[in-house]
Amino acid sequence: MTLNVFRFDPEAGRPPRYDRFPVEAMPGMSLLEALTEIAERQDPSLAFRYSCRGAVCGSCAMSVQGRPRLACQTQLKDLRGEVLVAPLPHLPVIKDLVVEMGPFYQRFEEIMPYLIRRTPPPERELLQAPRERRLLDEVADCVWCGACYASCPTVRQGPSYLGPAALLQAYRFAADSRDEGGREGLRLVDREEGVWRCHTVFNCVEVCPKKINPARAIQALKRKALLGRFKLW
Amino acid sequence: MPYHPVLVVGGGLAGLRAALEARFQGVEAAVLSLVHPLRSHSGAAQGGVNAPLGNSEEGKDDTPERHAYETVVGSDFLADQDAVEAMTREATERIFELEHWGAPFSRTPQGKIAQRPFGGGAFPRTCYAADRTGHYLLHTLYQQALKYRVQVYIEWTALSLVVAQGQVQGVVALHLPSGEIETFSAGAVVMATGGAGRLYRKSTNALINTGHGLALAYTAGAPLKDMEFIQFHPTSLYGSNILISEAARGERGYLLNNQGERFMQRYAPRFMELAPRDIVARSVITELKEGRGFDGAYVLLDLRHLGAERILERLPGIRELAISFAGVDPIEEPIPVEPAQHYTMGGIDCNTWGESRLPGLLACGECACVSVHGANRLGGNSLLETVVFGQRAGRRAAELARAGASTSSEEPLKKALEEARTMIEGFKRSNGNEDPASIREEMRRAMWEGVGIFREKEGLEGAVARLQELGERARRLRPAHGGQFFNQDLLRCWELPGQLLVAEAIAGGALRREESRGSHFRLDFPQRDDARFLHHTLAHLTPEGPRFEPRDVAITRWPPEVRKY
Ligand SMILES: Cc1cc2nc3c(=O)[nH]c(=O)nc-3n(C[C@H](O)[C@H](O)[C@H](O)COP(=O)(O)OP(=O)(O)OC[C@H]3O[C@@H](n4cnc5c(N)ncnc54)[C@H](O)[C@@H]3O)c2cc1C
Ligand code: SF4
Ligand code: FES
Repeated sequence: MTLNVFRFDPEAGRPPRYDRFPVEAMPGMSLLEALTEIAERQDPSLAFRYSCRGAVCGSCAMSVQGRPRLACQTQLKDLRGEVLVAPLPHLPVIKDLVVEMGPFYQRFEEIMPYLIRRTPPPERELLQAPRERRLLDEVADCVWCGACYASCPTVRQGPSYLGPAALLQAYRFAADSRDEGGREGLRLVDREEGVWRCHTVFNCVEVCPKKINPARAIQALKRKALLGRFKLW
Repeated sequence: MPYHPVLVVGGGLAGLRAALEARFQGVEAAVLSLVHPLRSHSGAAQGGVNAPLGNSEEGKDDTPERHAYETVVGSDFLADQDAVEAMTREATERIFELEHWGAPFSRTPQGKIAQRPFGGGAFPRTCYAADRTGHYLLHTLYQQALKYRVQVYIEWTALSLVVAQGQVQGVVALHLPSGEIETFSAGAVVMATGGAGRLYRKSTNALINTGHGLALAYTAGAPLKDMEFIQFHPTSLYGSNILISEAARGERGYLLNNQGERFMQRYAPRFMELAPRDIVARSVITELKEGRGFDGAYVLLDLRHLGAERILERLPGIRELAISFAGVDPIEEPIPVEPAQHYTMGGIDCNTWGESRLPGLLACGECACVSVHGANRLGGNSLLETVVFGQRAGRRAAELARAGASTSSEEPLKKALEEARTMIEGFKRSNGNEDPASIREEMRRAMWEGVGIFREKEGLEGAVARLQELGERARRLRPAHGGQFFNQDLLRCWELPGQLLVAEAIAGGALRREESRGSHFRLDFPQRDDARFLHHTLAHLTPEGPRFEPRDVAITRWPPEVRKY
C-alpha cells in the first residue's frame, strides 16, 4: 500500500507537495501507526499530531481520501491502493499534517462552555435523574477533534460562524438539568453567527468519529432559542 | 520574559486542578502543556474515581477509614498512611466539587452519583461516568480553567528546570509549532506531567507519556521515589495495548483461558477477576507460560453473559474500542486481551502538600510520589489522587509564591535559555550517527523484558547494563533534520537521554529490592520481606548514575499484615 502524504514546510519556501511512502500493512495496523513508522524509519521530518492512539483525545484528525477522520481510528485494512493523506481542510497549515487549531478553539471560548449555577451548591451532589443524565450521553462525548468544523461548508464561507462543535457544546449545557444559565447561555448562540447560520448540510454528522449528531443539537438549540424569545416577550 | 507566580507544567487533571486552586487562592497561575490540555492522557481514563460516598445499597456503610485501609492493604503496606488518610478524607469533597462544576457522572435511580465495585475494594466505591470518566472529568476541569481564565500555553514543552541558589526559578520551554524557545520565570513550579509508561514496549499509556517530566525534576536535583513499582494491567487489547478497563471486570466480566476455564479461581478464589491488578496480571502471564493461552499470547475477556443492554449502558466506550481496534463486538464475542504496562506508582518524591525536596518545585498527579499507592495502586485511586493532591499542591504553590517576593535576578534564567539554544544548535550540527527511534526501541525492549511483570537478578542486571550502554550511544544522537517548525524529531532527541536515566532508576531500584511486594515481583525472592525492605526507595542522580537510599514508610494506624485475596 502507498500513502501519498501532503508535505509543506513554511521554511523551505517551496509550494506544498505530496510524498509517496510505501507501507507494509500489518494486521491490525492503524494509519497513525503507519505514519509513525514513516517518521521513524523513512522520513523523521514528517509532522503530525498524536497522543492517545485510542480515538479518545481528538489529536490526530486529518483528511484521509478527502474525508476528515482520526488517523488512529482508521485501520489500514479498510483502505486500498494509493491513499491520500492531507491536513484538515480550511485551517492554516503549520507543517505537513499539522494545522493551526487556534481559530477552532476560539469558537468554544465564545459560548461560555461551562455549567452556570446561580444557587449556592448543596452539601452533597446535585441530584440528576438517570433520564435527565441520558440527555448528555452523546453530546458530552465530543473530543474537539475539529473534523466537523473542517467539513462544514458554512464554516468555509465565513470564519465568524461558531460551527458545529461549539454549538454542540452550547447545547451540552442547555441540555443539562443542572444548568441555570438559561437565556444567558442561549443569547450567545441565538444570533446570526450562531445557530441561525446552520443550513443543515449534515456533513458534521457524517464525519464525526464519535458518532455524534451536532446537527440535531443545533436544531434543538434553535427550538430552545425560539421558545426563549417567545417567553421573553 | 513571562513571569507567573505559579507555573504548572502539564495540563492533565492534576495540572488543571492545581492551577485552578492557585486562582482560588487569589494567585495568578499559568499552565504549560506539551499538548492541548484536552489531549492529555487523563482523558483516556475509563473506569472511574474512588470516593466513599456510600451511594449504593451495598456501599452505604463505606467510610474514609475503610477506603484508607483497603488502599493501604492494596499498596502492600508501602503507602504512607498519613497521605492515604488525607486522600480518602478529602475524596468526597473533591468529587462533589467536580459534580457541582458539571461533571456528568452516571446516576443511581435516586439521582445520586453512581458507584461501581473495583478491584481490591470491598464496597462499590468507584464513581463513574459511563466508561469515559477521565474524558468527562478532564473536560469539566478545562471548562473551569476557561471560566477562571487560567492562561494555558498550548504545545509548549518544558526542556529544563532552572535552578539557582538552591531554588527553582522557572523553566525553559520550546513552542513546537513555531520552534521558538523561551524562559518562564515563576514563583513556584508545579510538575504535573503524568506517567512514564512509554519507557515500556507494551503500555496502555498515551504515546506522549514518555517520562520526560520525571527526567526534568530528576536531573534538576529532585530525587525520585519508589520507581521500581510499575503497575501492569491484566487486560489491554491484544496487539494495540489499548486499555480494556477494570470496569469490565467490575461489571462481572470473566477471564477465560483456552480451556474455557475461569482461571482466576486458581489464583484468587475469593475475589476472582476482581483481585488487584498485579495478581491478575501475573495470573494471566502464568496461564500463557503454561500453555493455556491463545497463540501463546492472549487470553479472553468474556462479557457476553452481561447482555447487550448492560454492555450498551455501562460499557459503551469499551465496546467501541473493541470494535474499532480489534474488530470484535463484545456483545457477540469475547475480547482478546494481554497484560501491558499501565501505571507509574513512583515519581518525584514529595510530601502531602506536593513539595519536592527541591525548594520551589512541587509535583502532583501521576508524576508525583506522595505515596498513596505504595507498591500497587488500586483502580480508581489515581484519578482521585490527581484532584486531591492537585488541589493541595496548587494551594501550597500559591502560598509559596506569595511568601517569596521574587528577589531572584533574571541572570540564571537567561543563562539557561542560552544553554538550551546552544544545545539545540549542537544537536542540529552534531556529527553523531545515532537516531532516536532505534535507541528508544531498544530501551523499551530492555525494560519490558528485564524489568517487567516477573523479575530476577540476572535480567535486571542485564537491563541496567543495557540502559547504560544506550546512554552512551545517546551522546551521539543526531536529529535527521534541522527544521524550525513542529520539529518532533528534535524533541525526541532532546528527551531521550533523560528517559534513559529514569529507566535506569526503575531498573536499579528493582535490582536493589530483593523481595516481592505489590507490583514488584522477584522470581528469586518471591516473599515480601518487611525486615529488610519495608521502606521507600529514593533515587538521587549522581554523575555515576543513581544513588539509592532507603526512607521509612509512615505507618500510623495499620501495622503490616499478609495481603491475601
Ligand atoms: C488507559 C488508562 C485508563 C485509566 N483509567 C483510570 C481509571 O479508571 N481510574 C483511575 O483512577 N485512574 C485511571 N488511570 C490512571 C489515570 O488516568 C492517570 O494516572 C491520571 O489521569 C494522570 O493524570 P495527570 O494529570 O497526572 O497526568 P496526564 O493526564 O498524563 O497529563 C500530563 C500532562 O503533562 C503534559 N506534559 C508532559 N510532559 C511535559 C513537558 N515536558 N512539558 C510540558 N508539558 C508536559 C502533557 O501535555 C499533559 O498535559 C488510567 C490510565 C490509563 C493509562
Ligand atoms: S462533534 Fe464530533 S467531529 Fe465535531 S469536534 Fe466533536 S468529536 Fe470531532
Ligand atoms: S491520537 Fe488521540 S484521537 Fe487519535
